[in-house]
Amino acid sequence: MIVMLDLVLRLALWLLLPPLLPGLINKVKAWVAGRRGPPVLQLYHDLARLWQKDVVLSNLASPGFVIAPAVAWVALVGAAMLLPLGPTGAAFGFRGDVLLLVYLLALARFATAWAALETGSAFGGMGAAREVSYAVLTEAALVAAVLSLSVQSGSITLATLLAPAAGAGAVLLAGGLFAVLLAENCRVPFDDPNTHLELTMIHEVMVLDHSGPPLAVILHGASLKLLLFSVLLTEAVLPLGRLPPFVAAAALAGGVLSVILGVGLVESLLARFAFRRVPLLLTTAFLLCLFSLLVAWNGGAA
Amino acid sequence: MSASSPFALLPNATSLPWADVPEWAPADFVGVTGAELDRGARLCSWFGVSEGDATRLVAVLAFDADNTLALGRSTPFTGPYPALTQSHPQAHLFEREVWEQHGLIPAGHPWLKPVRRTADDAPANGEFFRVDGPEVHEVAVGPVHAGIIEPGHFRFQCAGEEVLHLEIALGYQHRGLETALAGGPHRATMIQMETVAGDTTIAHATAYATVLEALAGTEAPLRAQWLRAVALELERLANHTGDLGALANDVAFLPTSAACGKLRGDFLNLTALICGNRFGRGLVRPGGCRQDLEPDRAARLRERLDPALTDVAQAVAWFWDAASVRARLENVGTVFPAQAAAIGLVGPAARACGLVRDVRYDHPAGWHRFGQAPVAVWPGGDVFARARVRSLEIQRSGEYLREQLGAPADGDLTGEPPLPAPDTLAVALVEGWRGEVCHVAITDAVGRFLRYKITDPSFHNWTGLALALRGAAISDFPLCNKSFNLSYCGFDL
Repeated sequence: MIVMLDLVLRLALWLLLPPLLPGLINKVKAWVAGRRGPPVLQLYHDLARLWQKDVVLSNLASPGFVIAPAVAWVALVGAAMLLPLGPTGAAFGFRGDVLLLVYLLALARFATAWAALETGSAFGGMGAAREVSYAVLTEAALVAAVLSLSVQSGSITLATLLAPAAGAGAVLLAGGLFAVLLAENCRVPFDDPNTHLELTMIHEVMVLDHSGPPLAVILHGASLKLLLFSVLLTEAVLPLGRLPPFVAAAALAGGVLSVILGVGLVESLLARFAFRRVPLLLTTAFLLCLFSLLVAWNGGAA
Repeated sequence: MSASSPFALLPNATSLPWADVPEWAPADFVGVTGAELDRGARLCSWFGVSEGDATRLVAVLAFDADNTLALGRSTPFTGPYPALTQSHPQAHLFEREVWEQHGLIPAGHPWLKPVRRTADDAPANGEFFRVDGPEVHEVAVGPVHAGIIEPGHFRFQCAGEEVLHLEIALGYQHRGLETALAGGPHRATMIQMETVAGDTTIAHATAYATVLEALAGTEAPLRAQWLRAVALELERLANHTGDLGALANDVAFLPTSAACGKLRGDFLNLTALICGNRFGRGLVRPGGCRQDLEPDRAARLRERLDPALTDVAQAVAWFWDAASVRARLENVGTVFPAQAAAIGLVGPAARACGLVRDVRYDHPAGWHRFGQAPVAVWPGGDVFARARVRSLEIQRSGEYLREQLGAPADGDLTGEPPLPAPDTLAVALVEGWRGEVCHVAITDAVGRFLRYKITDPSFHNWTGLALALRGAAISDFPLCNKSFNLSYCGFDL
């Protein structure tokens, strides 16, 4: 009974909370620019509106056009459910679940790219090509980060992996994972979530042809991914497992909020990078994670 | 030396009898025009004048270094003639336009397609230039765009992210303006001139008023010339500020983007303070200006101008101080000086290639004979240089305005309404914020327009955008496009 309640509460949290984050980022940006900005709950309104709309389907697209966003969303929700939530631990922790998390994220990406290619538009193909080529580097960074955590804690289970602090390499790991978070969630300086210019988009241009409920699912999935990475980053850096439960919960919430604040500030104060410079930054993120792995290794040996 | 030119020479904003324009047989005319262009002239305008079933070609050239314009024409003819484009690419759109309007065929033109949408044909119809290859793919953008902008179709040939070729097909905004002007000036002509390109109202209105005054052999009173110059710089300030904000928005740099959007409105409101309209409609009229800038309103203008200029300076400083912005703009969308000269770029786009081309300096007319702003030039030819020229011009226009508002011309605001002389040709060049606005009028035996030719700076510069994209990343297109910020309706007429 308790287990069921725990599951339902977790699911509710992962489903209801994420659309808040883009609203918070927009508030930060508006505050820096001296504007009032859109309401914090704007994305909830948008999702509700999209959910009631009809779907416009290209007659060239196969059923995959609608199935793929659903697959991506389910994969993201699954990945989120694997993640331990501070003091409450993970819902289903098992040995090697961190690998499943990485693969679920990859599956979500595959499904999004698949849907983008369905209509055969030049834009969709362009976006998919960009998304997967940058993913090569972000995934490398993510895997290096996971490796460094698992060397540090001597475990490949998320709950034990994320419980202690990242040790001496925490700063490196935080920098690397923050860059991964920005790239994975299509934020400045990698992508511009506010642009209307199709030719410069990465993620947005892949979903141009979607409408109605599938688009709502995609948007919800994107915000879910943002929360997922914020939680992952916070838990990787802070020793939540070593703190009293309430302090740990507060630290988790505070960590996620500071990550969101950081994203908003980066977006307010930094121009976007040219595409040709993006790999450079992602390689830097990878190297940061790699160095934190080396630090973890050395710490273990000594 | 242009003194020995076979063409008829005249200064900007003047007229000469239509019969005094020297004429040649078509092939000779193309040859002699080419020779003048080789001597350093620049093609301002090239158009046809119908005479019965046949058509005359007319060339308006500018010798910038000599501050002189040169005019020549061909004898009336029909059918083919050797294309000037073969030796001088700056003529390519002009010759396509003449072919579309009059049916004169430029033999040997490499890419003869319509320029605008006519009854059954359009630039977007038919074949686009194609690059073959297994890895080449085509991207079509527009005519309906994601932003609130004018319609235009862009066809990219890409190898991955690299653009091999961009072809621009416009004409969706064609309103038949030049046709409507024939037989004029009509009652609506002045209003139509203010909407040739809505964001260049003052420049086009001033060019039209100047043409009428030149046709009549008169000049607007000095106070009107002064007021036109003030309004022209306000127009430049508003648009350049808006452009810098738009560039900042495109690179996702919020501080400048947010500030410039607001400041552009401030400058527009200053124009509204003069004439009641934010875009300067209803200010310039043939023979003078309709609204005066009395001393107390001039003082209020000064009062509101100073903080706006300070704020722009601050917003622009944020822009240039951000390393991420500079890195994003440098070496993107480069047009080389030789290319710029060959295709006849004008305005800030030309000055960003290091070319010293500014009508206010090269061909001063009106108030610019007495008060001049220094020309802002920056080498490089990339998006950075185009943004840089704009920010320099903001500074200099601001200085110019401060100076001019402190020393207004006295006297009447309006003179006699000009009465165009018969059988006369008049030319007026005005440096609008986008570049050289060229108006040419030829009157018939009763002093009505036989032909009225408008050349918006966009007509010269769209080719520059296509060249800027060669070898660039397709993701940089919006940035390059914004750095030129050309007019669709000014091109489509």
